[in-house]
Amino acid sequence: MSIFYPVQLLADWLTYGLFHIVPSTLLASAVDFFIYDTTKIFILLSVIIFAVSIIRSYLPPEKIRAVLAHKNQYVGNMLASTLGIITPFCSCSAITLFLGFVQAGVPLGTTFSFLVASPMINEVALVMLLGLFGWKITVIYIISGLIIAMLSGAIIGKLKMENLVESFVFQNAVGASVNLPHMTRKERVAYAKDYTLDILKKVWLYVVIGIGVGAWIHGYVPADFIARYAGSGTWYAVPLAVLIGIPLYSNAAGVIPLVSVLTEKGVSMGTTLAFMMSVTALSLPEFMILKKVMKPKLILIFAGIVSLGIIFTGYLFNWVL
Amino acid sequence: MSENKITIQVLGSGCPTCKKLFDLTKQAVAEMKLGAKVEYITDVQKIVDMGLMSSPVLAIDGKPAFVGFVPDVEEIKKAIQKAGEKNNI
Repeated sequence: MSIFYPVQLLADWLTYGLFHIVPSTLLASAVDFFIYDTTKIFILLSVIIFAVSIIRSYLPPEKIRAVLAHKNQYVGNMLASTLGIITPFCSCSAITLFLGFVQAGVPLGTTFSFLVASPMINEVALVMLLGLFGWKITVIYIISGLIIAMLSGAIIGKLKMENLVESFVFQNAVGASVNLPHMTRKERVAYAKDYTLDILKKVWLYVVIGIGVGAWIHGYVPADFIARYAGSGTWYAVPLAVLIGIPLYSNAAGVIPLVSVLTEKGVSMGTTLAFMMSVTALSLPEFMILKKVMKPKLILIFAGIVSLGIIFTGYLFNWVL
Repeated sequence: MSENKITIQVLGSGCPTCKKLFDLTKQAVAEMKLGAKVEYITDVQKIVDMGLMSSPVLAIDGKPAFVGFVPDVEEIKKAIQKAGEKNNI
């Protein structure tokens, strides 16, 4: 029995008991699906974001930097990618993270590993994956994300791109000491609560719309229509999915429920994973902000390497799964 | 009153979240009827120079009080209050 069995009971009761929709009609299955998925996702979002926020209050980026500043390049890539998971990523912090790392002596390659992993493996994307695709796909997503982040950072480190960073960045050096306000346990809980509410406020509408459209497709759109265009037999499906994902950054919460239904209707898993990685890891607004600290050429190289990694992962999983 | 001596700064990269913290802080100061001015700094190098890496930051008397998220008005008031009490001693 799934731990979400009570949610299914609730959805059934609302659909058939309260709304009196005739069972086994398209409408009934769409409504039931919608109530079940939204309830489940909101429970998961609240619990997991709260838990991650508590962990993060003990391990903020400033402490992560203190760890990374003294590591050699490859250990650094690995650690940076892993630590990127718990760091929330908002494009507001992209620049401060970049400056803070580089000016404290964290190697450029390590910094990039962090910049790739942090948005790609974020808790909202993980919750949506877990809730809609199950834990196996979630683990596959995390592992391939980590590998892409490590390799992208290692390649950028090898290419010696320091000359493509704006010169003012290296003129200013800061220490890697931690200068954070001390938090009591009560303050950590308050922080986690605020943060969770803040994220829920930001994403709830996308989640509802995403699952709503998903429920409609679930009930009404025939499977072969989508499979014909986005099944694993179509060679251009993966690169196209990556391209479409770039401008969709802030809508990850709404895009994932939509994609989960498309998968059910015949879009192959590799294409789906590639699409979600592109939505989260490649973000146009973030690139615009990073222009303040690095030359466009470096941003293009960064985006290029990450895109290739994602496309490769997409093909690999279309072939394996 | 020593409260006028408090310097309150909101530092951020200019994103909507930072702007929200700035507005809430101004609201907190107004509701507490302090004469203090809230300064809004968008030079991200200043955040990094303070040893921090997340935006936005609310700093009271140059010390970070909230880093990387937007607390609610009551929590901002409490933090300002606490800093004010320290000044009085």
